[in-house]
Amino acid sequence: MLYALLCYNDEDVVWSWTKAENDAVMARLAVVQERLIKAGKMGPSLRLLPTTAATTLRKNQEPPLVIDGPFAETKEQLLGFYVIEVADLNEALDVARELAAANPGGAYEIRPIALYNPESRAAG
Amino acid sequence: MSDLAWINGALVAARPQAVGALLRYFRDLDMAEEAFQEAALRALKNWSVNGPPRDPAAWLILVGRNAALDGVRKSGRQEPLPADEVISDLDDVEAPLAERLDGSHYRDDVLRLLFICCHPELPATQQIALALRIVSGLTVPRIARAFLVGEAAMEQRITRAKARIAKADTPFEAPGPAERAERLAAVAAMIYLLFNEGYSAGGDTARAPLAEEAIRLARLLLRLFQTEPEIMGLTALMLLQQARLPARFGEDGEAIALEDQDRGLWKANLIAEGLALIDKAMRHDRPGPYQIQAAIAATHARAARAADTDWGQIDHLYAALERIQPSPVVTLNRAVATAKLRGPGAGLAMIAPLEERLSGYFHYHGARGAFLMQLDRNAEARAAFDRAISLAGTAAEAAHIRKHLDRLMCEAR
Repeated sequence: MLYALLCYNDEDVVWSWTKAENDAVMARLAVVQERLIKAGKMGPSLRLLPTTAATTLRKNQEPPLVIDGPFAETKEQLLGFYVIEVADLNEALDVARELAAANPGGAYEIRPIALYNPESRAAG
Repeated sequence: MSDLAWINGALVAARPQAVGALLRYFRDLDMAEEAFQEAALRALKNWSVNGPPRDPAAWLILVGRNAALDGVRKSGRQEPLPADEVISDLDDVEAPLAERLDGSHYRDDVLRLLFICCHPELPATQQIALALRIVSGLTVPRIARAFLVGEAAMEQRITRAKARIAKADTPFEAPGPAERAERLAAVAAMIYLLFNEGYSAGGDTARAPLAEEAIRLARLLLRLFQTEPEIMGLTALMLLQQARLPARFGEDGEAIALEDQDRGLWKANLIAEGLALIDKAMRHDRPGPYQIQAAIAATHARAARAADTDWGQIDHLYAALERIQPSPVVTLNRAVATAKLRGPGAGLAMIAPLEERLSGYFHYHGARGAFLMQLDRNAEARAAFDRAISLAGTAAEAAHIRKHLDRLMCEAR
């Protein structure tokens, strides 16, 4: 079974960490991740940029509406996500609009990725 | 991370919102600060036992308000309010307050707190010192170290600045759109000043954290005013400049020019965030000085090597900046880009009319010396560099120019 572990914390606090504090946390995480990689259990992992860098496409209306900032509603739940590689926010929004046309309702929050560790399990 | 470190982090993060709300409530800065101080003390005791509350800022506002009212009542020999240990267990007391804070109050509280520090009668350095004390909660000794003055002098400066704003008419009603935009602009300018205090200090450990604090305040503003392209631009500008910090100084502490920096040392995460924000800002099609300066910094950040720099784009952006915010310093910067495109002669011609206004400016003589050197007018270049050194504000700037002079001396031999 594949599981996604979704990371929540207070970004004000986390993004105020000094380099030393951040490095210490990353070093402790690396020990755990290393063990998972060796055991062939580690899929991709990533760190998002703060919500201030987010843009949201509300696709419960036609045409969908672009809003600055993160997805802030509490009625809807997180159901899945995509990782895409594009030139800039405009192209990311184009992709989101295409997906929205195929699957209207709800919203996409477009959040740049700060750090991306690709899949490390053996192929297949 | 230890409990205490987490609590301290949460207190720092919640401070602007909590002090801002307490100021609206008490309409008195000293009282708001004392109330926050008391709430923070109780948080240290309470949170380490009961765990952090769901909304630390709301907890601090409620407990701070009650503590201050309790103090007033005690001095009036009246009944005290219930202990905060009781309050903190009641989620339903916290919830409605958090809800009220969620809306426009919350934004305007923080903006007001920052804005009162920007009182036009206060000199720029006092505005910054006041913001560091009131909004960021830095101790007076730390602020004094950052500004290279004694503690007593800084204490006096802050007390005087506070007295000045206490006399001023602090507007407590919610601002209209035009007034809000005005406040935002004043606050943005103050935050950028704060950033430059830290940035210009470079590796100086006492002042360098000021740049990080400026970025933290800008992120806070951005979270409150999510659709303001100039706030996105300001934040992006500071992030992109701060990203270069590890590459800006050589082993001997001399300043290293942008094109000579080891770009591998630039902080990739800050660049990613800065580029993401400038991307967001551009969508609004409402350019302003911070966005244009951020776009210039972004153009540098996108070039993997100095030789890959899109100087045409930079020249174009400086021309736009000259139009909306004309200044001799902007023209000087544009001349550097123009020289890259059309040769040092074109750069020299562009800065010639600035001589009178910039004759006391280090970077003017530094740029002029560099153009002259490229034109092989070495004697004139040496004179310009000598003048630059005599005007250098820091040892790092002087050391940078001395390298040029050494090169000229070698060639002369």
